[in-house]
Amino acid sequence: MCLAIPGKVVAIETDANGVKMAKANFGGVVKKVCLEYTPDVEVGDYVLVHVGFALSRVDEEEAQRTFQLLEELNQLDELIEADPALPQENPP
Amino acid sequence: MKFMDEYRDEKLAHKLIAEIKRTVTRPWVLMEVCGGQTHSIVKYGIDRLLPKEVELVHGPGCPVCVTALETIDKAHAIAQRPNVIFCSFGDMLRVPGSEADLLVLKSRGADIRIVYSPIDCLKIARENPHKQVVFFAIGFETTAPANAMAVWQAKKQGISNFSILVSHVLVPPAISAILQSPDNRVQGFLGPGHVCTVVGYREYEPLATQFRVPIVITGFEPLDLLEGTLMAVRQLEEGRAEVENQYPRVVQRDGNRVAQQIVESVFEVCDRNWRGVGSIPQSGYALRPDFAAYDAERLFDVGAIATQESGVCISGLVLRGAKKPHHCSAFGKACTPEHPLGATMVSAEGACAAYYAYGRHLQPQDFAAKGQPS
Repeated sequence: MCLAIPGKVVAIETDANGVKMAKANFGGVVKKVCLEYTPDVEVGDYVLVHVGFALSRVDEEEAQRTFQLLEELNQLDELIEADPALPQENPP
Repeated sequence: MKFMDEYRDEKLAHKLIAEIKRTVTRPWVLMEVCGGQTHSIVKYGIDRLLPKEVELVHGPGCPVCVTALETIDKAHAIAQRPNVIFCSFGDMLRVPGSEADLLVLKSRGADIRIVYSPIDCLKIARENPHKQVVFFAIGFETTAPANAMAVWQAKKQGISNFSILVSHVLVPPAISAILQSPDNRVQGFLGPGHVCTVVGYREYEPLATQFRVPIVITGFEPLDLLEGTLMAVRQLEEGRAEVENQYPRVVQRDGNRVAQQIVESVFEVCDRNWRGVGSIPQSGYALRPDFAAYDAERLFDVGAIATQESGVCISGLVLRGAKKPHHCSAFGKACTPEHPLGATMVSAEGACAAYYAYGRHLQPQDFAAKGQPS
């Protein structure tokens, strides 16, 4: 029920009832999305959508944070490579 | 898809698992609050990849599962009225009431429609001016802005043949109830990322302090869940009990203020009965008096309802994290997604349905091997 997925805003419009709407692309599927809760979103932004409503803009810089953390764990590479149960990029 | 696929990288996941293994020194029990997180954890087998010291138990964050049986029975009574078009999210159609489910009522002739968004009901109401269009407004804080906007727009647009049957629930009171339960085992939480997208996480800070539990607001993809687990385990190992945000790409501390304003103008906090859990004070939303004209419970006097739960189903214990689906004698036998005894077997976010969908009814020995309680 709390499923929410990121989509890319491809068009913004106001409907006949004065509601701010967008067309958002979800991996090739384009759906209408209500933008009333994310009024500052622009075309090209990614928004997190739940039951037809954009609830948040996806912050691209923050999206990198998990990967930065993983970079910091680089010193563990040796540990991973020493464990045969884990996947190897270049198996011997 | 961008912002999803990159968070499913297997090699990076194993890096996080290795770091969790390096960090943990003793057993810890974490609860993921949201049913969407439960689904991801079971789908990707994340609980089985973690070191044996870290146990994940599944929380009550499945609105379909916790909607009170009495409310389901009310929905069924309203849906059978001749002048009603009853609209619902698809998940609710197979949830067993005392006598039937909405799909059975539909087969008997009731006009029951699945909608993607509550706002779609306004179009149905405009197109059917001589019918009463009722939406089954269930959900946590994530869904409240959508349901509130449907009512707000109905009032603004002068649509008078639309109403909602409200069964909204709130996460923080449920966390508090779980932590105060005498059989509680939970020592830390993976907090509900999408709930907090709306409400932020200030409300969770007093919970972390009062109960001395780490709460890590966490996303839904495998790398999110593993990083959230790592952050919670680090806190537990270091003796910290704070609210941390693993999911800052969409969650901010204050949440979405615009959405909160509409929700607060349409709904007010009320006591709520949770299926399988019981009544929790101040744990739900009801329509404010200004919006009473849109309250289906007032419009349709369905009277007193005598409910009848399955005697076998242990979904209440599963929802509180006290038991797991395979501890139920009916799991995968008398109770399956085709013939569910309890709501946790219906929704994709219900722990029982997730365990069943990913074949865990076929391999119970794996749980014993990992040292889970039986």
